[in-house]
Amino acid sequence: MATTLNASGSGAKSSGGLLSKITNNQVILGYLFILPSFIGFSLFFAVPAIRSVIISFHQWNLLSDAQFVGLENYQTLISDARFWDSLRITLTYVLWNIPLQTLLALGIALLMERVHNSSFLRSIFIIPWLLPNVVVGLLFLWILDPTLGIFNNFLQAIGIERQPFVGSPDQAIPTIAGVNIWRHTGYTAILLFAGLKTIPKGLYEAAQIDGANGWVQFRRITLPLLRPVLAFVLVTSIIGSFQVFDTVSIMTRSAGPAGASRVIIYYIYEQVFARRINMGVATAASVVLFLILATVTLIQIRYFRAGRSDLADYS
Amino acid sequence: MNKSKIVRIVLLVSLSLLMFSAVGLTQAQEPVTIEYVLWDTNQLPPYQQCADDFMAANPNITIEMEQLGWNDYWALITTGFVSGDAPDVFTNHLAKYPEFVALEQLVDIQPLVERDGLDLSIYYPGLADLWTREGRRFGLPKDWDTIGVAYNVEELAAAGIDPAIMDEWTWNPEDGGTFYETIAALTIDANGVNALDPNFDAANVTQYGFVRNGSGGFAGQTQWSGLAASTGWTFNNGIWGNEYYYDDPRFIDTVQWWADLSLVHGVSPSQEEQGSLGTTALFQSGSAAMSFIGSWQIGEYLGSEFEVGFGRLPAGPEGRMSMFNGLADSIWVGSPHQEEAWEWVKYLASPACQLVVGQSGVVFPASREGAEASLQVREDMGVDVSAFVEQADEEGGTFLFPITDFGGEISTIMNETMDSIMLGQQTAEAALPVANEEINALFQ
Repeated sequence: MATTLNASGSGAKSSGGLLSKITNNQVILGYLFILPSFIGFSLFFAVPAIRSVIISFHQWNLLSDAQFVGLENYQTLISDARFWDSLRITLTYVLWNIPLQTLLALGIALLMERVHNSSFLRSIFIIPWLLPNVVVGLLFLWILDPTLGIFNNFLQAIGIERQPFVGSPDQAIPTIAGVNIWRHTGYTAILLFAGLKTIPKGLYEAAQIDGANGWVQFRRITLPLLRPVLAFVLVTSIIGSFQVFDTVSIMTRSAGPAGASRVIIYYIYEQVFARRINMGVATAASVVLFLILATVTLIQIRYFRAGRSDLADYS
Repeated sequence: MNKSKIVRIVLLVSLSLLMFSAVGLTQAQEPVTIEYVLWDTNQLPPYQQCADDFMAANPNITIEMEQLGWNDYWALITTGFVSGDAPDVFTNHLAKYPEFVALEQLVDIQPLVERDGLDLSIYYPGLADLWTREGRRFGLPKDWDTIGVAYNVEELAAAGIDPAIMDEWTWNPEDGGTFYETIAALTIDANGVNALDPNFDAANVTQYGFVRNGSGGFAGQTQWSGLAASTGWTFNNGIWGNEYYYDDPRFIDTVQWWADLSLVHGVSPSQEEQGSLGTTALFQSGSAAMSFIGSWQIGEYLGSEFEVGFGRLPAGPEGRMSMFNGLADSIWVGSPHQEEAWEWVKYLASPACQLVVGQSGVVFPASREGAEASLQVREDMGVDVSAFVEQADEEGGTFLFPITDFGGEISTIMNETMDSIMLGQQTAEAALPVANEEINALFQ
């Protein structure tokens, strides 16, 4: 009788102890907290990514058995002029998109900090970002139409010739970049604005006393201290920019005119949906895109020393 | 003991047999849902009517219809094949079905046609055969289409052009014949001078004589295909062919003439100007007096704010030619209810449903009876669409949509090539042989 009591007593004690052990152990608790997103990440990102790499060495149409073909899909890519073209077009897009968007956003962020910032204004800036890409694409398709679009009517009214925009091979990519700049600038500006807010005011006051003008303050204080936020903004927006697809798909017909807007993701899409479900080549192109993005991102993180803030030195 | 054992076995067997047949009976009556998809919004109402009639006659089958836009439609079907939930029955297109055959996703319905003794002679000649390959059959025809001319009645009248000219106008790739003269007469600049006049100002056009429907990609269905065929040119070496003739001088001349309408003559909006809103928008805004259209677009053009008439294509060196295309309904191999799916396909292609579709006046059904009903309905509306029917009935007046493997690949190559010719980036003579070589290499 006594032994039974003792045993059950110690049992209850140890089970309660386990729970409190878990909740008290910071490391285990930490792992528990990241578990849900870790499961999601593995299921929807890590596993498909690893599978993609494996598929890229196979010939597979999803419906029949996959055949191992070694590096054949990569050879197909290298010898496909459209693939190289799509890389060139994507790069052109990124170069139109990122510098303009970042500069504009930085300008707006500075204005918000220096001149005026109401939550009303901030909401307005962020509205384009809340619209679905497809809606934005369709909206601009009508606005920019060469014959019927309101923007061309406006251009004509102020004495500028009507422009074909997405109808022209030379203007298609800059136009699409413009549309996405319109959509993302507000959001980027809000992020940079938040970064500006972290810079201690005292620094500017000290600089003023030392006689630094606005430009010097911006160059020597604002930019260096904004670096971690700027790095984050650039890394994420460059990755997003390389992956542009929906605006292209909505605003152009078959990546036209004359293939002028065939960005890399559209090329990948075509391999599966406009061809005979060419999973091997599609995943091989995805792997190449991944390698490009990984390299670009690593260089950026190195260059920006994104993990460190100069504020640490200051405090 | 032995005896009772036998009795017990007999009892058991007969009981289970009874149960089995009972299960069989309920299975026959068990409600089955057939999912059916199509891409044309205009055709949704008549086919919904067909579905209602079909469900009334077959209470155990429910037809679930869904309509999706052209691009989403094919993406849905392809992903459906893979994920295992493609629709049981779907509207199929000649440009797409060879790939589905190659992927082994379509039910071969030839044995079912033979079993049920279906009469395929009720359809326009050739329509049913479009869906066969090496003795197998992948769809039953539902409609057909030809190409004609849509024109703005007021603008023709203003230019003093009698639409009756369309019964005898001619075309050739050198000077465009009376077809070009008509287009030029209908193209007017800001000073009211038309394109036949040497003082015509091509930089300030207020009304174009003709609007092209884009560059036409690989088939040029509502674009250059009729003109090219009227020179005696053919796409390839026949149905399921493996050699394309995009490098033929007759084709090159036709395409260059087509591109020069805007590049040289300025009588058609340029490729850039067409934008993505396209031909219909330009025509309906009154900016262009004529266009080639497919018979399935008649209703859309009648929706214009002005009176629209329909005429015949011009006759080329080898006669008057239109592409003849037809859709069919196919059954997916993965459908769990193939017998019910077949019943539905059979009903869609039946005289009863074809008549319903014909009476809606939206398309020309595949059966003669249905097509006549469609013609009649529009006549009652005061619209003359005989140009499309006459073209279909004319001996040797039609040629078929190109049906070969590698439709997707060919489409990608030709979209790009034709775009670049229409934009004036390349000449037809320089671009087409290169594209043709790339296409023919696919079949090696």
